[in-house]
Amino acid sequence: MLSYIGKRASHSVISVIGLLALVFFLTRLTGDPSSLFLPLDSTLEARQAFAKLHGFDQPIHWQFLDYLRDLINLDFGQSVRQNRSAMEIALEAFPQTLKLAFVAMALAFTLALVAGSIAATRPGGLFDRTVSLVSLTGASAPDFWIAIVGILVFAVSFDLLPTSGTGGISYWIMPIFVLALRPFGLLVQVVRGTMLGALSAPYIKTARAKGLHRKEIVFGHALRNSLLPVITVAGDLTAGLVNGAVIVESVFGWPGIGKLMIDAIIQRDFAVVQSTILVTATAIFILNICIDLLYAVLDPRIRY
Amino acid sequence: MTVITSDIAAPPPAGKLLIMWRCLKRDKLALFAAIFLLALAIATIAGPPLIGDLAAKLGLRQRNLAPFSFQHGWVYFLGADTLGRPIIARLVVGAQNTLGIAFVAVLCSMLTGGILGLIAGYSERWYSQVIQRLADIVMSFPSLLLALIVLYTLGPSITNLVIVLACTRMPIYLRTTRAEVLELRERMFVSAAKSMGAGSFRIVLRHIAPLVLPTLLTIAALDFATVILAESSLSFLGLGIQPPDFTWGAMVANGRGYLANAWWISFWPGLVILLTTLSLNLLSSWARTFADPQQRWRLQSLRKTPR
Amino acid sequence: MSRFTSPLLTVENLTVEFLSDDAPVRAVNAVSFEVSRGETLVILGESGSGKSVSTSTVMDLIDQPPGDIVSGRITFDGVAIGNLRGEPRRLINGRKIAMIFQDPLAYLNPVYTVGRQIIEIFECHGVASGKAAREQAISLLRRVGIPNPETRIDQYPHQFSGGQRQRVMIAMAIALKPDLLIADEPTTALDVSVQAQILDLLRDLQNETGMALILITHDLEVAASMADRVIVMNRGEIVEAGAAKDVFTAPSHAYTKKLISALPHGDAAENSNKRSTTSSEETVLKVEGLTKEYFFSSGMFGKRQSFLAVNDVNFEVKKGETLGIVGESGSGKSSVARMLLRLAEPTSGKAIFAGEDIFSMNQARLLAFRRKVQMVFQDPYGSMNPRMSVHTIISEPWAIHGDILPKAKWKDRVVELLELVGLKPEHADRYPHQFSGGQRQRIAIARALASEPELIVCDEAVSALDVSIQAQVIDLLADLRTRLGLSYIFITHDLPIVRHFADRIIVMKQGEIVEDGTTSAIFGNPSHPYTRSLLEATPVPKWVAAGA
Repeated sequence: MLSYIGKRASHSVISVIGLLALVFFLTRLTGDPSSLFLPLDSTLEARQAFAKLHGFDQPIHWQFLDYLRDLINLDFGQSVRQNRSAMEIALEAFPQTLKLAFVAMALAFTLALVAGSIAATRPGGLFDRTVSLVSLTGASAPDFWIAIVGILVFAVSFDLLPTSGTGGISYWIMPIFVLALRPFGLLVQVVRGTMLGALSAPYIKTARAKGLHRKEIVFGHALRNSLLPVITVAGDLTAGLVNGAVIVESVFGWPGIGKLMIDAIIQRDFAVVQSTILVTATAIFILNICIDLLYAVLDPRIRY
Repeated sequence: MTVITSDIAAPPPAGKLLIMWRCLKRDKLALFAAIFLLALAIATIAGPPLIGDLAAKLGLRQRNLAPFSFQHGWVYFLGADTLGRPIIARLVVGAQNTLGIAFVAVLCSMLTGGILGLIAGYSERWYSQVIQRLADIVMSFPSLLLALIVLYTLGPSITNLVIVLACTRMPIYLRTTRAEVLELRERMFVSAAKSMGAGSFRIVLRHIAPLVLPTLLTIAALDFATVILAESSLSFLGLGIQPPDFTWGAMVANGRGYLANAWWISFWPGLVILLTTLSLNLLSSWARTFADPQQRWRLQSLRKTPR
Repeated sequence: MSRFTSPLLTVENLTVEFLSDDAPVRAVNAVSFEVSRGETLVILGESGSGKSVSTSTVMDLIDQPPGDIVSGRITFDGVAIGNLRGEPRRLINGRKIAMIFQDPLAYLNPVYTVGRQIIEIFECHGVASGKAAREQAISLLRRVGIPNPETRIDQYPHQFSGGQRQRVMIAMAIALKPDLLIADEPTTALDVSVQAQILDLLRDLQNETGMALILITHDLEVAASMADRVIVMNRGEIVEAGAAKDVFTAPSHAYTKKLISALPHGDAAENSNKRSTTSSEETVLKVEGLTKEYFFSSGMFGKRQSFLAVNDVNFEVKKGETLGIVGESGSGKSSVARMLLRLAEPTSGKAIFAGEDIFSMNQARLLAFRRKVQMVFQDPYGSMNPRMSVHTIISEPWAIHGDILPKAKWKDRVVELLELVGLKPEHADRYPHQFSGGQRQRIAIARALASEPELIVCDEAVSALDVSIQAQVIDLLADLRTRLGLSYIFITHDLPIVRHFADRIIVMKQGEIVEDGTTSAIFGNPSHPYTRSLLEATPVPKWVAAGA
């Protein structure tokens, strides 16, 4: 078990380095890096000084090694705009996204599990058809548009909720709803599908032949077996929540890692972009390892 | 052991299209989805030559024109944007860009993913390991974020947009193809071909690829919706398509500042995105049921024997 | 014995349909049968004959829709149970009637320990719970012959062997001492020796508890060894019913006759054999010291272990001769075949074909070799690409080896080959799924003949076929051998089937040859205990065993 975690962790480190290398080389190979690193209005002198300072005159592989050495020394660079450690900024924003993502995912997962299971017990029924349409709509809806329409209806027209920012409960409602919508829609589909499969699986026939209670058959046997594929998708969706967070945070002005990323990209604050990538990637790799461990708990056939 | 097995030949597949049509009729939502997509396809192909010029025509009198009025002609029925351009015409032109970009991106990702998947699945050399690792890296990182970074460094343009979308979706085809190949290469007809002396190239091309293709096409249909959403998000954030070109996502972004006084500028393109992706999802959900022999009866008219 | 008690279960005029577009498909048509306490009723039929559907209806395991019970009355112990659902049904299922299935790995829940799955029967029927239930579960496992039940009770289904899983299934079924046990193909996936043990266990349990047993099978020997009475089903209808001895020794219906008379057995096979008549001294293939070792790592520390799938196998095949290789699953017989065709690489050993070692051939020599040796696979459904027409399938060897036949002549040659194996010229444009299993195996043989081979390796080539079709395919192979001077290596798990056909037989067990000799010697005077056990494992008809 421990050796497995070690193996996974080393794979993850390689992946993160691969990702950083990708970003690093892309920025260096596609033109003058100072145009990316520095604000658009910087002077020529500033650019030259910048290039010299950061060793852009050196061969590119040396630059990358320098960069990695800085990383190992926990030097993630300075934000050009805010004049402080880029990593500090990223780590400030990260918990904000985490809170949002956790609540949204917990909500989506619980609701999807309940709705999907009930829908699968009576496929083709009224509840099933309603849930299917609602969840498909959720999975299909462009989240930025839902956010805008939400603001239009609840903030502009009826003035029930704030348009953006942070604060009390009312500030949470729209971001969480928009963020949870897509994972909910996709998860319902998965839960319903795997439950339908599980309910027609051979071991369900055995359970029926044994004379078990219907509740025990549906939740004890079928749902328990469906959990594994559902967890797989839920894990991918949790990692994918960052996608939604970028949109939701920038529309609702939520000071999380997604908004930070977009702002840094628009302001060309390169060190901050790099740091947000590093933080997000690390979080996702930790998440993936947790999900692998969860598999082993849920399925006795899996042993690492 | 002495064994009895069925020795009855399967009936020939008669009128497969007819059966599909009947099953489609039974699922009203899927039928509407199919009709909507058909109408959209016609509008996308036939629309721009007819009303395409209107999409760029500025009209001072029609600035922020409210929808649901035929006063200025039917193209203004859904209103006009801040420069007085009719929304309907812009939706049609935007459709061409939105669907075109998504189509090319899906095609590219399916082809490259499929080919790389065939290699990674069939070959046991070092490069198949490398292909897999690369796919893992791309897969394990949120696609929108990856696209943002790449577009940020490469600069937004239609070509880059297509490349980025294709690259982020490619691992899905790669993984599926590889998984199918791993299963198919153990099938007996592959062993049979090998024992006859068939080379790897022949086996992959003649025996394996034709059996993987249907699965890839199914994924592509579903992925089309995902790619439309991804492109819209990127264009909404301003890192996708650049003016004067536009897609539905860019149209939503344009209207974002005028929510309070001209909601329709953002509303209609978003609604069209929703309807398009929803239709694709409804149809592929129907297709999944149709393709599953255990579930297909749900789409059929069940006539009981009278008793 | 059934004469003295009223029937426990009566099924009258049962008709079940599956709804689909247009007309419903009738799975079971006006079926009636009954079974009494202590009696064994065997329902015999091929897949799709409706034999499983009729018993599943008894336990309400058919989903409606798409299932639809058109008519029928099911009476159990004097009570009509056909329409029971919910709580009343729970008083029957598991408690009064229990069921075991063909594939225990699929029918046991993979994520729960076998203990939990047995204990939940006691708990949900309110019989016992907690420690008492666990104690009962352990004694049940001991009763069905699971060693160390105290520890194994906490293991998961995948940690048991196939035979043990079926024992666990049986333990679950007999937990509440049901009056009726329905066994749906309980031994189909098992080796003959394991099959015999499971059948013995079922018989013993029946003697202990006096329960009624309905055994569903497609296997004639299993049916004969277990049945007091038999019903034979074909296409949803009962074509014959009666006492087992009568049905098996004097079948009245044409279908039953066809089943029973298909392949000669015992002395009949010895006398009317299809063995080679031309014996030659010329050696086609000589195998020396063939060994295949697999390495795998297991456990937490990844310790490397090895496993000898094939261990020092030596044999020769003479021109015009048929060599039978017999063994159960895991005996290494298929590994031998795969290595001879270079589909797997041996760890060591030689195989000399036409003076050259197969295992040291380069690519060009290997290509030439593959013209001369062909293989016919077990599964005629899987060994052909479903997307290729018969013409493309048969002509593939010519496409691979460009020098065999110019393309202009392919069409005529395909027709010739189809006629040679007893098919029609118009079959060339069809696809594999349009043929029956026997016809497909003929296509596979035609494909094997296309490159004019000298040696054909048949890996379980008739195992998946209907008994009557088996005989036809073997006759075809024998006929081709005589006409074309072919040699065969015929690999099978079914010892009796090769008696008819093979000149010499090798018996393999756990990767090693335990016995080899002429067919008459192996059957007449088997020297190795394993060979004897294989011959004895073939079930003996119940009326014969009872008489002995």
